Amino acid sequence: MINDSNRDKTLGETLREQGISRRSFLKFCATTASMMALSPAMIPKIAHALENARRPSVIWLSFQECTGCTESLTRAHTTTIESLIFDFISLDYHHTLQAASGHAAEQARETAMEENYGKYLLIVDGSIPMDNPGYSTIAGISNYDMLMDTAKGAAAIVAVGTCAAYGGIPHAKPNPTGAVSVGDLIKDKPIINVPGCPPIPVVITGTLMQFLTFGSLPELDHIGRPKAFYGKSIHDRCYRRPFYDKGLFAETFDDEGAKKGWCLYKLGCKGPTTYNACATTKWNDGTSFPIEAGHPCLGCSEPDFWDGGSFYKALSMPTENITRTVIYTAAGAAAAGVALGAMNRHKKNQAVATHNRTSIDDLKK
Amino acid sequence: MSESGENERIVVDPITRIEGHLRIEAQMDGNRIKSAYSSGTMVRGIETILKGRDPRDAWAFTQRICGVCTLVHGLASIRAVENALHYKVPKNADLIRNLMNGAQYIHDHVMHFYHLHALDWVDVVSALSADPKATSELAQSISSYPKSSPGYFADMKKKLKGFVESGQLGIFANAYWGHPAYKLPPEANLMAVSHYLEALSWQRDVARLHTIFGGKNPHPNFVVGGVPCAIDLNSDSAINMNRLSMVQDIIQQMKTFVDQVYVPDTLAIAGFYKDWTTRGEGLGNFLTFGDFPSNGMENPSGFMIPPGAILNRDISTIHDVDMNAADEIKEYIAHSWYDYEKGKEAGLHPYDGETNLNYTGPKPPYQHLDVDQSYSWLKSPRWKGHAMEVGPLARVLMLYASGHEQTRELVGMTLNKLDVPVTALFSTLGRTAARTLETKIIADAMQGWYNELMTNLKAGDTKTFNEVLWEPSSWPKSAQGVGFMEAPRGALAHYIVIKDEVIKNYQAVVPSTWNAGPRDDKGQPGAYEAALQDNHTLYDTKQPVEILRTIHSFDPCLACAVHLTDPDGNEIIKVKVQ
Repeated sequence: MINDSNRDKTLGETLREQGISRRSFLKFCATTASMMALSPAMIPKIAHALENARRPSVIWLSFQECTGCTESLTRAHTTTIESLIFDFISLDYHHTLQAASGHAAEQARETAMEENYGKYLLIVDGSIPMDNPGYSTIAGISNYDMLMDTAKGAAAIVAVGTCAAYGGIPHAKPNPTGAVSVGDLIKDKPIINVPGCPPIPVVITGTLMQFLTFGSLPELDHIGRPKAFYGKSIHDRCYRRPFYDKGLFAETFDDEGAKKGWCLYKLGCKGPTTYNACATTKWNDGTSFPIEAGHPCLGCSEPDFWDGGSFYKALSMPTENITRTVIYTAAGAAAAGVALGAMNRHKKNQAVATHNRTSIDDLKK
Repeated sequence: MSESGENERIVVDPITRIEGHLRIEAQMDGNRIKSAYSSGTMVRGIETILKGRDPRDAWAFTQRICGVCTLVHGLASIRAVENALHYKVPKNADLIRNLMNGAQYIHDHVMHFYHLHALDWVDVVSALSADPKATSELAQSISSYPKSSPGYFADMKKKLKGFVESGQLGIFANAYWGHPAYKLPPEANLMAVSHYLEALSWQRDVARLHTIFGGKNPHPNFVVGGVPCAIDLNSDSAINMNRLSMVQDIIQQMKTFVDQVYVPDTLAIAGFYKDWTTRGEGLGNFLTFGDFPSNGMENPSGFMIPPGAILNRDISTIHDVDMNAADEIKEYIAHSWYDYEKGKEAGLHPYDGETNLNYTGPKPPYQHLDVDQSYSWLKSPRWKGHAMEVGPLARVLMLYASGHEQTRELVGMTLNKLDVPVTALFSTLGRTAARTLETKIIADAMQGWYNELMTNLKAGDTKTFNEVLWEPSSWPKSAQGVGFMEAPRGALAHYIVIKDEVIKNYQAVVPSTWNAGPRDDKGQPGAYEAALQDNHTLYDTKQPVEILRTIHSFDPCLACAVHLTDPDGNEIIKVKVQ
């Protein structure tokens, strides 16, 4: 049987026992620091924090979801899933990965809550249906009851994916099940929103590592997203941006412009109104991202992106204003950047409301 | 034996290591399962959400039906729109779609085996008493996979030991370790746990095939009329030789892992569980829609996996399946939380798909479902009144029955190696082995699709998208069609009705609905239910690992199975499968 005698072993001790060298551990810390855009001076601090910790307990609840967020978590190249769950956290409840089922699974959740009351991190993916408790149950318990019960003892909550963060696809019109986000229900706990459909793998793990390492919330934007990953629009970081500025656009999916990597704005790209790290971290070990693979950005890290009109309709927005956004952002006016983000979203919403179907050509008239 | 009371109703909820929310209730007769009930416990309503939207957007919505089968609903959806509009796609687009779907099979099946299913057969704690040298000998006796030295397994054991001794077991906590149903020697357990970790690392590398063609994984991008990625060998910003070489490397990486790890591990583990070839069959009826076109979706004769139905284990007869015929595919709701206008006993073809949410189950929190009434968010699809199993076993049987040479060789080799009769296929273990064999078949086929793509490029054909019907203004006023495919978990069909450039109706008939659905109006159980009722005795009803084995052998995907709501879907829709 498993003995309980060394329950207080720290992470540093565990890593050493597992044959992980100090050197590779520090290398990991350096990668983490660089990913979070922290100065090298922070590396020893990260190392110290990590080494002396007992692996924090993490409880992951899945409600109205598709498991895409969990799949994304497993795709992270830094921090890898095996490193995360074996070296850095104790993933005490997670439907897709945990060995135990049924009563034994529920018992694992209850034990983790009891032993780590006030200290565990709660991660939620999926929305919560409010029209009928029978629309989604686990072990006969409604999603609402399980969320409220599990949130009580949580130190903080991470809402992973657009469904948990903002309601996502179940919340799309006409919202048949009355789906709501975690933030709609929980008001007395710190919540970090990590939206995306799914979120970028390294953004999930990067956010978790930042929180676990420093023990405090990262800086969040006005809708609860870590600024480190959601601080800039995809358009502002897009490698195709120079073509936008030159007015060179792909008109279809395999024309000359598509082949030469011109801007996808006319094909409906939502990069200008979408705040996410796709253009910087890219996807799957930096392999590519949707725009690089020729498809316009869907805008999946924004609230209500499902109801923003067709994915292939060009944004209804004067190009002049977008240019201005860049100028403000470049001037380093962070507040102005956020305000403009909100302004762009407002414009987008207006366009949605009126079902505008406009192109850049129309706007330039 | 169990000390609990006689004839109890045991509940397993949540069934973990699956996609989605599944509950199993089993009525016991002593320690034997007398009757089993499968319940999907979550609903979202994606089809209702689709109404009134741009049909070209539908793939993105339906793809979010499931993030594990992350590609399949996207592909079925664009095929549905293309079928409705008679929209031809370029040859290269079909090849890239085959490569993407093939990659989905290989990625999905390997992850299912190691991360979802293995812990039903592999005792993680027992691995701690393995001798690394003996483990190395075992590994080298079954495979040439290079990571097999005594030092490698000693490191793995050390890592596992450190983890277990930390006292924080995380995802391995509270499982049924030490249960006598676990039969592997410690060395086989250590080998399998090591490959559990290897597969985690492997899967995130090979998932990049989707990223190259679709921009990301999970949820890669698709486009009606082709694929979104342009090909230009002279561009730094299209699919060029660098990208294609990455694809070639990934295909090789997939094939290596399947040949050297997945196939030998399946055979090695199966050898210790031969008693699982005599239980878990269930229905004996199998259904495929067919997939992997070589000459467009309109020519089923060119599909690598043929369509058809097999009844009562009789593989000498493949019945034709007409997805269009009003009397073939029907969905029933006698035990589902929906209402039909014609009443609970009616069966409706997806053409007249009608789905009104009506939760009549017990008020949560509840202990037991009332299985005499409705007890699931899944419907019960039937083919000509028969409950059917879909998925890898159905496909392997269809390939076998239609004379596919490689399938016959692989099946023969497997039966021979395990020294079991051909009837062993119709079982829990047969289902799991079929998944492994079809992965090998697909992994081998990947190279062929890649080579064909290269041949086209060499001939100067770089076309990946057909723009002719892209603009909705070019469409007929109304159109309808069906997009079908073989998803990793089985036969999948999306039905779409387009009117005035928007979606008027959308219906999906999904693999896990066939397999995990509840009883129908005649009381016929679904595939999970029937399989659990086939010769299952639980050693300990408090630790029902036997139930997990059979349920996991189907690779459940409940988000896929439960997504239908369609309050106005009572209009008759004509769907033509070409």
